[in-house]
Amino acid sequence: MKQLLYSKRLAPYLFILPFLVTLAVFWVVPLGRSFVMSTQEVLYGQATFIGLDNYTRLWQDRIFWQALFNSLRYMVLTLVLLIPIPLALAALINSGIGSARIKAFFKASMFVPALTSVVVAGIVFRLIFAESDTAIMNQVAEFFGFGPVRWLRGDVTGLVALLAIALWRWTGVNMMYFLAGMQAIPTEYYEAASIDGASRFRQFVHITVPNLRPTIVYVVTISVYGGLAMFLESFMLYAGNNSPNNQGLTVVGYLYRKGIEENDLGFASAVGVVLLVIVMTINISYLVASGTFKKEAA
Amino acid sequence: MAALQEQDRVTTAPATAVRRRRGPSAAAWVQSVFLVVMALISLVPLLAILVGTFQDGNEVIRRGMTFDVDLAALSLDNYVLLFTDSGPYFRWFANTLLLTIGQVAGTLLVSAFVAYGFAMYEFRTKTLWFVMVLLVMTVPFEMLMLPLYVQVNDMGLADTYVVIALPFLASAVTIFFFRQYFLGIPKEILEAGRVDGVSEFGIFFRLVLPITKPAMAAMAILNGMLCWNNFLWPLLVLRSPEKFTLPIGLNTLLTPYGNNYELLIIGAFFSLIPILILFLAFQRFFIEGITAGAVKG
Repeated sequence: MKQLLYSKRLAPYLFILPFLVTLAVFWVVPLGRSFVMSTQEVLYGQATFIGLDNYTRLWQDRIFWQALFNSLRYMVLTLVLLIPIPLALAALINSGIGSARIKAFFKASMFVPALTSVVVAGIVFRLIFAESDTAIMNQVAEFFGFGPVRWLRGDVTGLVALLAIALWRWTGVNMMYFLAGMQAIPTEYYEAASIDGASRFRQFVHITVPNLRPTIVYVVTISVYGGLAMFLESFMLYAGNNSPNNQGLTVVGYLYRKGIEENDLGFASAVGVVLLVIVMTINISYLVASGTFKKEAA
Repeated sequence: MAALQEQDRVTTAPATAVRRRRGPSAAAWVQSVFLVVMALISLVPLLAILVGTFQDGNEVIRRGMTFDVDLAALSLDNYVLLFTDSGPYFRWFANTLLLTIGQVAGTLLVSAFVAYGFAMYEFRTKTLWFVMVLLVMTVPFEMLMLPLYVQVNDMGLADTYVVIALPFLASAVTIFFFRQYFLGIPKEILEAGRVDGVSEFGIFFRLVLPITKPAMAAMAILNGMLCWNNFLWPLLVLRSPEKFTLPIGLNTLLTPYGNNYELLIIGAFFSLIPILILFLAFQRFFIEGITAGAVKG
């Protein structure tokens, strides 16, 4: 026992043991099980091997394609919104001009939404996007000359509400990521550029963005994963997993419906495997394309 | 332009003096107005729910969240209801608090323990296992939930708090953050401890842990927030209403069968209070904790 406590050779393994156990019990085994179950028909605890039938069923399932389309659409739009806007805001905060106190207030106000649970955010946005003409978003619509909109009934307007939740909760967090990255860029770069007469915009494009690459890569990666795995925002906004014509159904929502609500574990596992493959493929190819692995190997 | 920029990058005393004499420029005014407007827009949902807490619950459901309210109809009824007749609400509150404290304490201890192994030792398979930590960070929990749920049911652990916390005690993000922190601690401390005859684990618990307070604070905040707001996994695991946490309980109020809209609005608002107070007190740790995942350099 004493030897065990003092051994410098054994110590590291004992230190990382909790992680190894977690990895085995809560990641490798469940993931492996997911692959196995996806080739089975699981009924009342009885599993029968059915080969790739679940995947064939999935391929022909119109609702699955709709859910996949919804998830991809949401992911792309959150990327389009939640990278450039926070980046621009961070640049604005990081610029020399303006009052420090107002900037501090702004940062805190943008960050606070990230503290809310998806449950509270969902309840609030459901009621802000309510159908009544007195609800906040309908008053905004009226201001711009539209009649009351039945936001959560329409496909596009429902998507607007979902994106509003995402923007509200994550703009501040992404902005803080970018700000942290910007503050790590040596000021000499900017000084040299100003001496050469480069404009602020050119400095942003040629100094800030390239130097922020690691941060941008990170934010894109978590956004891809977060976008494709989105479920709870829709679940709360539509007060359940059922939305009109499945307009709010995502891949994870479909997995939840099939696996948890309908107890079709084999088929739901196939949905999970397909999603895992998609996320991993996108992320790994993005990381390879952006040269992240090359940097680590060097 | 260049002068302005330098002025703020290096905020030296003479530079501020110069600016004060000149007063804020037009650009600074435009920027300030823009930032204040954006900040207020960002606060609208929270202000809306605050206004909602003074309204009749069924009214909020019928009319939506709005600032267009009849001032005479506002009342403190919901607050009275919350503190006198809110049924299981404070039970949920206490459950969430208990679970959060337990899970955060466990996560900090286990994750710091693991991170120490990665930061302070050289061993043959280190890179392999550390890549695993990074890989785990990029697999969404949503993909794991189904098999994990099946596994938990098979193990007969459903409906327990232990199983809500257990899979996440060795948290990849927390391990990553602590590892970075430990890498900055001089290895001489370890050598000094060994010379004094302290065991490898004694060095961690007695010499290193006490000096990791700033990292602990940031990670306590991050994990505390995640636990307090945790929804999906507890939703799958918990069955008995007396074990519900705040997010689960609030969600049950949203369904038409809940039919308790007074409690829904005030309950949702009240669930934000602990986090908001902590945020105002420890803003720096919040930002540090939540942006911890970003790879530096």
